[in-house]
Amino acid sequence: MSKLVLRRIDRNNEEMLVNFGPQHPSTHGVLNFLVETDGEVMRRAIPDIGYLHRSLEKIGEIVGYPGYMPYTDRIDYLAAMFANEGYAIAVEKLIKVLVPPRAQYLRAVSCELNRIASHLVSIGTMATDIGAVTPLVYALREREAINDLVEALCGARLTYNYHRIGGVAFDAPAGWRDGVLKFLDRFDSLLQEWDRLITWNEIYLKRLGGVAVISREQAIDYGLVGPNLRGSGVDWDVRRDVPYGAYPDFKFDVPVGRGWAGTVGDAFDRYYVRVLEMAQSSRIVRQALEKLPEGEYMAKVPRKIKPEASEVMSRVESARGEMAYYVVSDGTERAYRVRARTGSFLAMGIIEDISGGLMIADLIALIASLDVVAPETDR
Amino acid sequence: MPAKFSFAFPKPLTRRVLLASSLAAVVVIPVALFGLLVLYLPLIQAEAFHAFVREALHRDPSTWAGTQWVYGAALLVAGILLFTFASVSGGIFSWYERRVAGRIQSRIGPNRVGAGGFFQWVADAVKLLFKEDLVPAEADSLLFRAAPYFVVAGMTLTLVALPFGQSVIVADLNVGIFYILAVTSLIVVGILLSGWSSNSKWALFGGMRSAAQVISYEVPSGLAIMTPVLMAGTLSTQGIIRAQGGWPWEWFVARNPAAFLAFFILFISQLAEANRTPFDLPEAESELVAGYMSEYSGFRFALYFLVEWANLWIISAVAVSLFLGGWQIPGVTGQDWTALRGAGALPRVSWWFWQLLSVGVFATKTMVLVTIVIWLRWTLPRIRVDQMMNLCWKYLVPGGFAAMLFTLLWEIAVARVKHLETVSGLVLFVLFVYALYRFFKQTRENISLVVGDHVDLTNW
Repeated sequence: MSKLVLRRIDRNNEEMLVNFGPQHPSTHGVLNFLVETDGEVMRRAIPDIGYLHRSLEKIGEIVGYPGYMPYTDRIDYLAAMFANEGYAIAVEKLIKVLVPPRAQYLRAVSCELNRIASHLVSIGTMATDIGAVTPLVYALREREAINDLVEALCGARLTYNYHRIGGVAFDAPAGWRDGVLKFLDRFDSLLQEWDRLITWNEIYLKRLGGVAVISREQAIDYGLVGPNLRGSGVDWDVRRDVPYGAYPDFKFDVPVGRGWAGTVGDAFDRYYVRVLEMAQSSRIVRQALEKLPEGEYMAKVPRKIKPEASEVMSRVESARGEMAYYVVSDGTERAYRVRARTGSFLAMGIIEDISGGLMIADLIALIASLDVVAPETDR
Repeated sequence: MPAKFSFAFPKPLTRRVLLASSLAAVVVIPVALFGLLVLYLPLIQAEAFHAFVREALHRDPSTWAGTQWVYGAALLVAGILLFTFASVSGGIFSWYERRVAGRIQSRIGPNRVGAGGFFQWVADAVKLLFKEDLVPAEADSLLFRAAPYFVVAGMTLTLVALPFGQSVIVADLNVGIFYILAVTSLIVVGILLSGWSSNSKWALFGGMRSAAQVISYEVPSGLAIMTPVLMAGTLSTQGIIRAQGGWPWEWFVARNPAAFLAFFILFISQLAEANRTPFDLPEAESELVAGYMSEYSGFRFALYFLVEWANLWIISAVAVSLFLGGWQIPGVTGQDWTALRGAGALPRVSWWFWQLLSVGVFATKTMVLVTIVIWLRWTLPRIRVDQMMNLCWKYLVPGGFAAMLFTLLWEIAVARVKHLETVSGLVLFVLFVYALYRFFKQTRENISLVVGDHVDLTNW
């Protein structure tokens, strides 16, 4: 693989070839970029993936349908709820099971809490990559509170394995609702504190504004999804435009990049869209908890899942953008093919195109603003 | 049978001993360091030293050949004293910075080794000393080994002309501030060498960035230093402090509007020269792994960090000497010092207390600046290389020139108009107090809005 990448580099010029990663502090996991630089200015950065390949899709063909659920956690360890949910929805379509409303709402609540947690890591590490270490600690502190809540819900703090085919694994424990509302009250004011802490910092704006601009057309052409797409000014959100689960019941806005720091589609837009999305997630959780219906949290699902031969596709709006599962069944207890389409893999694709002419410091801003998570690129 | 090593929480008695010893260390170490400096350094000043040669050794200091040798030996002791001061203060600053950073980041910081984690710096230093001193196989071994010593030399030499108190200075050079500027440049030689000799691309990046940065920022800092030099009419650090007064409106920073500007130019340039955030580009962790010290380990690695933290004291002390009145005690003038000293070969006993007080004033001002530098580091993001160059050449250098030219005109005006400096000093002082008031008001407002702080400080 690396030889393939190396072959594309012209070795007979003055430029320096630097291996950016896989053990670099700002590649968040094991990503590697082959960076051709002329001093501080890059000619291009070629992403070289494959350092975290664990055959996650292949495993889907080996274990049974319910057994694959814990593996989906590992596709995106920062936002495992969405990976759970996408797979669950796909299999539910396959075996034609209707999820009870309480389970739908619990799914929405857990997913939106997870979105907040994931975005907190994203914006916190972004600030750290730009050089301000303090905001990360604040973000992780709030994420810990969410982790506590999710732990109370499903017993896990990182790889949740909470959603099940036909519903969710556990009902919300007594008093959980009040705990979440209490957290959200504090969190909403934290978002204001966050703006004062780092967002409108002059140096921060200068570092991100107008840097690594992805135009609307480029974003669509490269198939960017989620906050990266919305940061470029494209108003598209699966939760609103192709609603699933309980989302039709909720009122929320979809923040879109407005060029707050100068140019639409720059690193700051992608960053700030995430900050605004957290406020919207908090809004959704409040609505869901308010209207949380009583009843079953798990549908009647046969013990042995043996769907007819068919193929389905599910889409969910993950923290890293649209996540799609494509599941093919051949009529046996195991899937013929499981395919996960993830946001980070697509985001990696655009880096080579955007990176020409940027400085090395900007490459870090670009990677951080695309919010790439390593296992999502290698499945 | 050998006693089993226990990981249990220390017994109450052990804890009490640890607490008492670390609290004692917190008090004793600074007192001992500054006390030794106060006791020793005034004795090697030219006047006192000549008196010593004349009266204790019964020789004529101007003709006796041994004077130089005795003076050399005295300086050697002073050198050891200063290096100890730099090392220990660097260590303590590392602990102090981590505690301050902990509070800024709403966590506790080191709290295991001694009370408040005070002995953490000792533990870290011992750990680093015991680590393998690794030299990469492909590195230029000689230069790689030598580079840290350049950095340490650049830092330590600065202390020669840096005042601590009224008579507490190793040598009051008549080109003092110029000398400090010159020897500080040795640090960049060391950083460049380490960047080049490591034979690592990231280290090379760090070294090149550092060279570009430090050399560029020496220009505005040199220009900003010209302002107090013009106002005092001397390059000697002690002379510049003597030209100021003890009260805040008698400091150079307030006596001339251009000096106010020059102070900020100097402060920013010094942050850049010491590689502190927002100018920590040479060692930018998230960009260059660890910059020029990527390949270092063990003792040599420790030296770089020692210099980084000792530099905190140096940059703050330079700014305090040039602009913030140095060791001047409010209400004590130059004649008072002569009167306090008395006519004898050795100064009066009370004089030593006044010396200690002047060192205290100087150290307090310096610590305030050190805290501000630390505070900036844990607040601000890092600027980019091109922005760093922009700031230097487009804003700071013209600003430095403007401040210098304005100071020339100002000095002419001061000579003609009575009380001009006093008026400017009072106005700027009042403005400063108002800014401080606004700052605290804003801070109180911010704190009232803060929701997230829930650090349990009982286990400090």
